[in-house]
Amino acid sequence: MDNAATTKIDSRVLLKMKPYYLRHYGNASSIHALGQENDLLLKACKEKIAKIFQANPNNLVFTSSATEANNFIIKGVMRANREKGKHLIVSAIEHPCVLNSARELEDEGYRVDYLPVNSDGLVKLDELEKMIGPETVLVSVMAVNNEIGVIQDLAKISELVHKKGAYFHTDAVQAVPYLNLDIKKLKIDFMSLSAHKFYGPLGAGLAFISSDIKIKPLIVGGGQENGLRAGTYNIPAIVGMTEALILSYKERVAYIKKVKTLRDYFWKKIKQTIPEVYLNGSVSKRTPNNLNIRFRRIEGEAILMDLSFKGIYVSTGSACSAQNLKVSSTLKALGLDPADLNSNIRFSLGRYNTKAEIDYTVKCLKETVKRLRQFTPII
Amino acid sequence: MSLNYTKKTISHFLHPKNLGSVKNANATASVGNMVCGDQLSFSIKVKDGVIKDIKFLSFGCASNIATASVLTEKVKGLTIAKAKNLDWQEIVKDLGGLPNQKIHCSILAVEGLKKVIAEYETTHQAVKVKKTLKKSKK
Repeated sequence: MDNAATTKIDSRVLLKMKPYYLRHYGNASSIHALGQENDLLLKACKEKIAKIFQANPNNLVFTSSATEANNFIIKGVMRANREKGKHLIVSAIEHPCVLNSARELEDEGYRVDYLPVNSDGLVKLDELEKMIGPETVLVSVMAVNNEIGVIQDLAKISELVHKKGAYFHTDAVQAVPYLNLDIKKLKIDFMSLSAHKFYGPLGAGLAFISSDIKIKPLIVGGGQENGLRAGTYNIPAIVGMTEALILSYKERVAYIKKVKTLRDYFWKKIKQTIPEVYLNGSVSKRTPNNLNIRFRRIEGEAILMDLSFKGIYVSTGSACSAQNLKVSSTLKALGLDPADLNSNIRFSLGRYNTKAEIDYTVKCLKETVKRLRQFTPII
Repeated sequence: MSLNYTKKTISHFLHPKNLGSVKNANATASVGNMVCGDQLSFSIKVKDGVIKDIKFLSFGCASNIATASVLTEKVKGLTIAKAKNLDWQEIVKDLGGLPNQKIHCSILAVEGLKKVIAEYETTHQAVKVKKTLKKSKK
């Protein structure tokens, strides 16, 4: 029930990857045959991926993760376009890798504005319009939020950003395969993806860049990716990511129908069985795999641990579960009552969940919530 | 993030001891708050300077619940004087260790104990003074 954290690799993907560990293990930068066959393979992968997103294959940069892709794009674009300005806008509900990249730039003297969201979790477009000035270089708004699954209106944001003369980046890590990410149509300048979120391997990320906009590399070295990202190409992971993307979009309709049916059934059952539960974020503008639920009067990590001992794995944005003991910035940005900030659980369904699992989870959840509410001091 | 609890911590989280509120408690006190993400309430019954009963309520994570539970077990039957000197490190030791970012749970639990004892002493000091005054008048 934690597929937004990571997914189990698709066995078909793993099978495609295997020969690139065992036989075709050449370094794609080597000029002998074993290397060059993988150089050709890389180009073929880029073409296949580009086709899915209507992108230019030359504008794809393979990275080790979406965290790296986000760091690369945000810092790289800001640092390369200093003559244009030193102003960056990111939404208040971005992933920590975007927020912390922005903070690092602030330390370097850049000006950063954090775009607020409404109680549904949607960015405030009127505020965005006011924020963008002649100094603004880049606006970064995630396609789908990792905690509450809320979908932003990328077309509208992109239109506004371009009208005002800035560039647009979207972290689309949680959007595959729920959104049809047509880069051309949506006029997305930069985009980041991560393979392990869509049944691909860990250690494979992707940055979509623009041939018209300057960007500086984050990792320098042997000149791979036209000097934009050094490091030996991770061929098996790239092959796996390509295959996972192709399968995700090929099987998209059936997959979405499956998780949506399960998710809607799950939420209906929870509401029927457990009192004082509320959904965080928009109900309608939300990916069909996500539920982020507020269980009033009890603490998120306690719920998570109790479920974990019953074999059910979920996530929480509660401060107690965070390394830095800080509550989730996304939930805070929604404007939740401070007393409710630590009582939230994210369920994110995926391809392998079943109705029987949902029934078992509802049964366990009911027991867990009942147990913890028995000794809460909160009325 | 490393968040591995010991068997004893897990056992106290799944089966906490001394839950609830003591009937006719001599003192109650709460520490922490929900914005920080954890809150503990203690209630105690004291007789002849000894903690006869102690119970707790918790809004908190697994280690918040476990530390409070093990604390109540430790101080039940102790004199007020001894209970006052309980150190949070003893709680951590008793549980076989806590993850670094969870140490504050044991500190909060001990803080709660000290607060409920202080509450007891302020309310009962007044009674004692009255009694002594009565005696001296005789």
